[in-house]
Amino acid sequence: MMLQKSETLRAYSLLSPTLIIMAIGILVPFGILIVMSFWTQVGFGFDMTPTVANYEMATERPIYGALLKRSLWMSGMATVTTVLLCYPMAYFVAFHVHRNKMLWIVLMTLPFWTSYLLRVFAWKVVLGYDGVINSALMNIGLIEKPLEFLLYSQAAVIITLAHAWAAFAILPMYVSLEKIDRSLLEAATDLGDGPVMRFLRITLPLSLPGVMSATLLIFIPTTGDYITPALLGGPDGVMIGNLIQKQFGAVNNWPMGATLAIILMLSIAMITLVFLFATNFVRKRIS
Amino acid sequence: MTQDNAFISFRNVNKFFGKYQAIDDVSLDISHGEFFSLLGSSGCGKTTLLRMLAGFEAVSSGEIYIDGQPMSGVPPHHRPVNMVFQNYAIFPHLNVRDNIAYGLRKQKLSRAKRNDMVDDMLELIKLPEYGDHKATQLSGGQRQRIALARALILKPKVLLLDEPLGALDKQLREQMQLELRALQKTVGITFVFVTHDQEEALTLSDRIAVMSEGRYLQVDTPTGLYENPVSREVASFIGTMNFFDGTVTSIKDGNAVIKVDGLGEVSAPVGTMPLMAGNTVTVAIRPEKFLLTDDKPDGLQYSVKGQLNNAAYLGERSHYYVSIEGVSQPTAVSTQNRGRTKEIEAQNRPVWLSWDSAAIVVLKDV
Repeated sequence: MMLQKSETLRAYSLLSPTLIIMAIGILVPFGILIVMSFWTQVGFGFDMTPTVANYEMATERPIYGALLKRSLWMSGMATVTTVLLCYPMAYFVAFHVHRNKMLWIVLMTLPFWTSYLLRVFAWKVVLGYDGVINSALMNIGLIEKPLEFLLYSQAAVIITLAHAWAAFAILPMYVSLEKIDRSLLEAATDLGDGPVMRFLRITLPLSLPGVMSATLLIFIPTTGDYITPALLGGPDGVMIGNLIQKQFGAVNNWPMGATLAIILMLSIAMITLVFLFATNFVRKRIS
Repeated sequence: MTQDNAFISFRNVNKFFGKYQAIDDVSLDISHGEFFSLLGSSGCGKTTLLRMLAGFEAVSSGEIYIDGQPMSGVPPHHRPVNMVFQNYAIFPHLNVRDNIAYGLRKQKLSRAKRNDMVDDMLELIKLPEYGDHKATQLSGGQRQRIALARALILKPKVLLLDEPLGALDKQLREQMQLELRALQKTVGITFVFVTHDQEEALTLSDRIAVMSEGRYLQVDTPTGLYENPVSREVASFIGTMNFFDGTVTSIKDGNAVIKVDGLGEVSAPVGTMPLMAGNTVTVAIRPEKFLLTDDKPDGLQYSVKGQLNNAAYLGERSHYYVSIEGVSQPTAVSTQNRGRTKEIEAQNRPVWLSWDSAAIVVLKDV
């Protein structure tokens, strides 16, 4: 008994630095956010009488709902794009690279080594009115005037997000592919599966945990992103993150910003839960 | 060696991994319904040979035939063979039932028919209650049985087994050996079995190929390998063997008179071995073929006096090491402990070793 108790104690003392940081860095601001969302902005100060007026306004005014929906849609698209593009890369390194695997992984995550802002600006250069793509296409004579939909559009935001978050998709998918026992693949072949069926019945289900973590790792942070849409989105590409940022900035309505942040968080949490349940259900149905 | 009833044939098969030659011109025939073992230490090429049969490795040259069909260019999933892997390769995301039914997908059976087949298999491997268990919750022995069932349900022409008992503890392994042998008799499928455990190979096999450095040294029945090994290497790989150096003094009617260092002159059958007077040979005698006595016995052809060095009591038998003048290595002797055996008496005492010419194996290599 004594031993068990001291073991538990030790576990908590080892955890304590993390717990303290979590408490200070996450729970406290979260608490402040919740409390603030029930306040009202009065000039440069707050009316601290609790009210649900902010939540009422958020549900009544169509702009908030529309932006939220668009944010979820855009980051969903970015997530799907990233996962679909990165899965083959992770698969390639896991199964077909036999030497210097680490080098390949490092190279694939190279974009992640530069600052986020820099990456966004780089895409601005690539996609811009007289950017790399447009001037290239004009030089070879495929188009006569620059394509305008490239920059300042939802597509630009989705492309940039997909590129910027690639590392987060490759790494978990690589890990789950890498640890698949090769003899399982041989066994599937031995039992009559060609390459396609073997992939669908063994490789894909066994790498699903990696795909799921990649999906969540990208979807959750990109939904609330405001830098990329601000710089590349144009009017069509504005996301809920931009609105929240404005509430804390130019609009100067902190309680409303807090309310929107919490609504965004709840939406993400709900979608995540539905996603987890759905994949669990599908996985059970497959096996 | 060619047989008309060969079911699996290796014809001049070579395999190179880069410059390393893993298989060196192997030609081998295995008959239908045979339990055939490839026996050898690690790196001898036995697993490579099995994997070429399964199609996971291509032959560098030569051809493998299964049931008369050449296998070159036939991918693993189109070959009439199934394999039990060394680590069993049970699919962790499927339950026992789905693991066993895995290969049935192609046969487009009705659900009821498929369930019946899986039930039969679960019955056969004596795990009828385990269909809904998760594959990850099983013991080594159970996983091994499921790997067997998963392969056997497809009724392959040949079942390949890659050291399937290696991961089990001794008691379970011995039990599984008996079950495997009984199962092979029941299903009547040709088994090709890879192992490095000579006792296991002797217990299970109809015939065994003893392999070394990419080729086989001898292919024979367990009795043939044990009683009539063709070389020192085979003789020492299967069981324990005492070797003595000798020189042929004369040959007559397939019998050679050999002057053996330390043992004196003996006569032994040599069959059609190309020997001449003056050739040096190895005379090999198994430990249990000796009679160990305190006094010189009557009735046996040959006796020699020695000194008992060392003894070990192992329950059903005892091992003795006897040094004989003129023989460098101590001679191993094994006796059955029939009746009530007394404590082994003081060592370092004079004893007599006796044998007759039937106990002698003459090997050409020295």
